[in-house]
Amino acid sequence: MKLELRGITKRFGPLVANDHIDLVIEPGQIHALLGENGAGKSTLMNVLFGLYEPDEGEIAIDDAVAKFSGPADALAAGIGMVHQHFMLVPVFTVAESVMLGHESTRRGGLLDLDAARAKVRELSDRFGFDVNPDAVIEDLPVGVQQRVEIIKAMARDARVLILDEPTAVLTPQETDELIEIMRQLREAGTSIVFITHKLREVRAVADVITVIRHGKVVGTAEPSAPETELAAMMVGRAVSLELDKAPAEPGDVALEVQDLLVLDPTGARVVDDVSFEVRAGEILAVAGVQGNGQSELVEALLGLETPLRGSVRLGGEELVGLSVRQVLDKGVGFVPEDRSHDGLVGEFSVAENLVLDLLFDERYRRGLSVDLAAVQANATARIEEYDIRTRGPAQPAGRLSGGNQQKVVVARELSRPLKLFVASQPTRGVDVGSIEFLHRRIVSERDVGTAVLIVSTELDEVSALADRIAVMYRGRVVGVVPGDTPRDVLGLMMAGVPLDDAQRQAAENPTTETLLEEGEAP
Amino acid sequence: MSTGNAMVTVLAFVLALVIGGVLIAAVDPDVTKAAGYFFSRPGDLLSAAWSAVASAYAALFRGAVFDYQADTFALAIRPLTETMTTATPLIIASLGVAVAFRAGLFNIGAQGQVILGAIVSGYIGFTYHLPAGVAVLLALLGGIAGGALWGGIAGVLKARTGAHEVIVTIMLNYVATNLLAWLLTTKAFIGTNGEPKSITVLPHAQLPLLFGSQFRVTWGFVIAILASVAVWWLMSRSRLGFQLRAVGSNPAASRTAGISVQRMTIYVMLISGALAGLAGAVQLLGTSKYITDGIAGTIGFDAITVALLGRSKPLGIFFAGLLYGGLSAGGRFMEVVTGTPIDIVLVLQALVVLFVAAPALVRTIFRIPAPSGELKGAAA
Repeated sequence: MKLELRGITKRFGPLVANDHIDLVIEPGQIHALLGENGAGKSTLMNVLFGLYEPDEGEIAIDDAVAKFSGPADALAAGIGMVHQHFMLVPVFTVAESVMLGHESTRRGGLLDLDAARAKVRELSDRFGFDVNPDAVIEDLPVGVQQRVEIIKAMARDARVLILDEPTAVLTPQETDELIEIMRQLREAGTSIVFITHKLREVRAVADVITVIRHGKVVGTAEPSAPETELAAMMVGRAVSLELDKAPAEPGDVALEVQDLLVLDPTGARVVDDVSFEVRAGEILAVAGVQGNGQSELVEALLGLETPLRGSVRLGGEELVGLSVRQVLDKGVGFVPEDRSHDGLVGEFSVAENLVLDLLFDERYRRGLSVDLAAVQANATARIEEYDIRTRGPAQPAGRLSGGNQQKVVVARELSRPLKLFVASQPTRGVDVGSIEFLHRRIVSERDVGTAVLIVSTELDEVSALADRIAVMYRGRVVGVVPGDTPRDVLGLMMAGVPLDDAQRQAAENPTTETLLEEGEAP
Repeated sequence: MSTGNAMVTVLAFVLALVIGGVLIAAVDPDVTKAAGYFFSRPGDLLSAAWSAVASAYAALFRGAVFDYQADTFALAIRPLTETMTTATPLIIASLGVAVAFRAGLFNIGAQGQVILGAIVSGYIGFTYHLPAGVAVLLALLGGIAGGALWGGIAGVLKARTGAHEVIVTIMLNYVATNLLAWLLTTKAFIGTNGEPKSITVLPHAQLPLLFGSQFRVTWGFVIAILASVAVWWLMSRSRLGFQLRAVGSNPAASRTAGISVQRMTIYVMLISGALAGLAGAVQLLGTSKYITDGIAGTIGFDAITVALLGRSKPLGIFFAGLLYGGLSAGGRFMEVVTGTPIDIVLVLQALVVLFVAAPALVRTIFRIPAPSGELKGAAA
């Protein structure tokens, strides 16, 4: 099935989200739609899926104009969509989820669950999804939930599958598995529209790349195009993906973590006797696949979680047992991994969010009141300094794009003198232009002599920022290695392989990623 | 955005009046009679309906705001002062409910806190012979403390054990009601009265009248204004209010920012209870003067509605309280003058709240566009 978008324009009030976009999706192709957050990719796909009505332009299927008044029409026309945030009912089983919306019944109005189960099994076997039809959605890992969404679309005979930022929520392994699934779907003749802002993935899987910026198509590219070229098209200016930073000049030990043990509510050791130290003026990155204890480690440092035993000393002072407020007052800045959940109050203005944990700072207090003038002045200064794209300090922070929200959090945390800066996933879901900026800002914080602890599941980020890397696996630190350790070695260590073995194995079996890096695409 | 909300509230009131008008016409005997020969003389039905609705709403207005048929000016504005009197405790208690709302807590226990406020302020008011000024001040403070205690229990239980504030405050309402019933059997409260009615508050502990003896309005109304201003300052200017709002809006982010969610829960229930207690004290020391088992009326429950109507903002609550008080005062007058059942007023109150709670419905009826930023469609 050939799908064509002709001159699609979608406006929201004065904002033109899509400006005369033309796009042709050929059968059996993986078509990547590349663009920064807010470029209009999701809007375009929502138009295609019948969720929005375009103000101008038309959709054509096999050269015949199609009119969608809702998702039902799009589904009937063979277009399936997997949203960035899954549309699943947590208490349903996989089979129930798949039949939801087009329930088939047997005599007496009973749901024909057996047919749904059979369908799930058939698709699961055909594409190697490995999904149990009777599993309950809420018990499944995110990657498997995503496969359920894909099965849902395939069960309705989707011939064009839209994947909206499918890898944003996945671990590197899950991403690899998804890429494999995408390839198999392509083999079976399904076209895929792959929306993303991650360059590496696009180059790994796409057949055609269309780049969108500010609601317009700015060009197409071959998957073999270098990353810097793609990034430049996406952002509209040259972006340096390599962070050129001076070598660290480490000072005294600032943060000292010793034998830290944290249990989860079930009693499992999520942080298992972890010890490491961070010196002033250096960046230690904690690498690891999501869910290997990094989040709990950081929460224990901050006082959000109480460790069973062990000590955390900052400049010789014990932090374990202190409240979050007291830890922050010792000169710790913290960027949580889930900014909209833990970092910002969405309904509060940008100005208010910029002082969320600074209320007791002398700068912003006046008796029992908040010094509104100072808050306002601070907001103006930070918005300027961090180039936060907002309609003004009074705009609710929840309305900002992901990258700008993250800038608000980072700006707040770096706006007071720190001894230790802890950032979890500092650039997750952040666009390329902002990543570059945030990385530079983190490095300059290091250069003024702050100890920096970064937790990241993105190897790119770890390699770009780290002076030293601590790799975590199942709550333990597998090893602490220099910042220039090859990706292959880090990848193996993230799977629990000790440093020596990892180096040997990496030398024997270089991965496709390394080959890509060296320009020898398979 | 806020002007849009105010607009919706006004239109909700208009809609309620329209539907209320239909009901008034429907129960009017003249209208019923005219309906019997509708097809021969349809004009009769319309004019009967019009005169029924017009006279009922005119009476409502005369009873709530300004009685233009009264002989003297004082009598003419008396309804407005009655509205103010009825609204006073409602506004204060409603501020308490709103503070809790803004901090993410549902204080259903305003009723119990009002009762406790009345009990403590009353006991101080009729027991201790104190000089003027001191007596009333102490009685008011006692009422605040009583309400704060009652709210604080729910706050501490929530913070320490996670007990849900809705359940705890509902239960505390029963405890307060029965505590009052028991106290009204004790000698300390009823003295030599043979019935369950407390000793009258001593003159020095009573709130003085605001506009002289012709009107029932007391300084309680001034207290309501001051309380509104204080709550405005608390919620939009103070550091404590900033933290309360942050906790109400996103407790996880507040905790990460070093705000103690537990401590805020206790503070907010203390403040919320204190305001409701003050409402009870004002009602007793200003209007009732002695405690009966009906001292709180339905103030505590109406306060929830008023807080909703006023969108938990002090200014909004102030006017919503006046509106509510006006409907109550006007309804009594309307029943006497036109024979329209006072239940119509309850229907009006309910309809206003219903429409305010469903802004999308009002917007659809009046074809007002949704505020920008809310995109149509499921996913964005």
